[in-house]
Amino acid sequence: MEKKAEHNIKAYGNNFTTMTPGSFAIKLRTCKIWQLIRFIVINIKMLIVVNKSH
Amino acid sequence: MARVVVLGGGVSGHTAATFAAEWLGSAHEVVVVTPNSKWNWIPSNIWVGVGGMSKEDVTFDLAPVYAKAGITYKQAKAVSINPEGSETSDKPFVTISYTLAGREGESENVEYDYLINATGPKLNFGATPGLGDANGLGEFTVSVCTADHAVHANEEFQKCIEKMKKGERQKFLIGTGHGLCTCQGAAFEYIFNIEHELNKAGVRDMADLKWISNESFLGDFGVGGLHMKSMGFAVSSKIFAESLFTERNVDWIIGAHVNKVEKGKVHYELLDGSMGEEEFDFSMLIPPFAGVGLKAYAKDGSDITSTVFAPNGFMKVDANYAAGSYDNWKASDWPKTYQNPTYDNLFACGIAFAPPHPISKPMSSPNGTPIGPTPPRTGMPSGIIGKAVAHSICDRILKGKDAPLHEASMAHMGAACVASAGKGIFDGTAAAMTIYPVVPDFEKYPGTGRDVDYTFGEIGLAGHWIKHILHHLFLWKAKLKPGWTMIPE
Repeated sequence: MEKKAEHNIKAYGNNFTTMTPGSFAIKLRTCKIWQLIRFIVINIKMLIVVNKSH
Repeated sequence: MARVVVLGGGVSGHTAATFAAEWLGSAHEVVVVTPNSKWNWIPSNIWVGVGGMSKEDVTFDLAPVYAKAGITYKQAKAVSINPEGSETSDKPFVTISYTLAGREGESENVEYDYLINATGPKLNFGATPGLGDANGLGEFTVSVCTADHAVHANEEFQKCIEKMKKGERQKFLIGTGHGLCTCQGAAFEYIFNIEHELNKAGVRDMADLKWISNESFLGDFGVGGLHMKSMGFAVSSKIFAESLFTERNVDWIIGAHVNKVEKGKVHYELLDGSMGEEEFDFSMLIPPFAGVGLKAYAKDGSDITSTVFAPNGFMKVDANYAAGSYDNWKASDWPKTYQNPTYDNLFACGIAFAPPHPISKPMSSPNGTPIGPTPPRTGMPSGIIGKAVAHSICDRILKGKDAPLHEASMAHMGAACVASAGKGIFDGTAAAMTIYPVVPDFEKYPGTGRDVDYTFGEIGLAGHWIKHILHHLFLWKAKLKPGWTMIPE
């Protein structure tokens, strides 16, 4: 079984109060179709900030 | 004919020099003084440090580029500035010492009409005993601050991978090597690129990774953290950073001032005053930055270094250096024109200008040890500031000495940042972020200090594609290839 991100949480350790992504969220990070869409969206957002900064 | 001298050929200096040469044309002279023969796209050093790129991929020779641009190039380091000239001449000048092969140590006085100090930082390894040597290639820790450092880091990293393949467990300790470091982002990128490469090499289960940093919370990054809009919430970068560290199984020590490094062990002090030790097999710790140690002399030869430079060696500009404690800090403390308050033909840009104060809230341990990030002045802001300074000087040369100066306050500009978390065209990831403005303005944006409509971040493959494209785009721009002026900083 693939190790899930929440398995890295240590009870009452440094990371006990943080959120962790589920397997679907992690899959989306390298899903080529979804990331192509995000690529366009992120570029637009960045260009707006770059434009505001010059 | 006016002469503009630019000290430093990094992101800010190179941007200032190339735009000045473009705008001034051949009627005026632009001189670049830099001790390096090569330009380095520093953000990609991370990938050199894990073997994903070579030194040649991230550097190129400056001489042919400056020859093409009509820029006079002197491979030398600046030693001192005489902003009033000498007893025999009113013309200000800078004294340089050549590093060019065959002319090493040769001294020259270069007169100027306008001077841009873009020398970048001195990598102050000496601030922490055992943290590398004068070259940064110490036997105890490695660095990715220069391309050569990154090549060395990768050599040591590959040795660790070989050990793990033979069944020897390895501990990696990555972060900042002093309580007053900046550039946490570079260390952040490096630890996740290491984690990614260990996975690719099939030895991740043989490695323990730990982060050590002077940030008071994960995700501070020297800018006091940031709040990003996500799922209808304004979410702190602390949440995102802790989530990523947990997901990739990286433990952390924060609020740490590393005060000594020995073979395989660092000693540190925490914000609560306690002392600790951490062992490692491989450690990359970013050194603190300082000014390069330029001196300044008056017309009569008296030392006026303290007039021109702040105590940390960075050049004073139009910032409010008397802001006092954190409660008094304002966005308006930050410089706008980067003009020296004493000499109006002297400017500083990039890391070389003295910031008025940190961006993150300053903290100290009960023992009085200051522990907190110093403000970043790299990347996009560095380029924008360099261009604004060049614009101001060109206007004063071409339109007259009273031409208004251009402004580029970090409290009014945003920044786009892409932090790699692993290299790979289909399995790489990077955190793509924008932050607006870089310096929080709590009067204009109560609460978070920033406009959350323009401050966002997400991690994924798309971020890696952007980082990779930016690598080629900025090298293209720096080499002054067709259309370079159209590419934003």
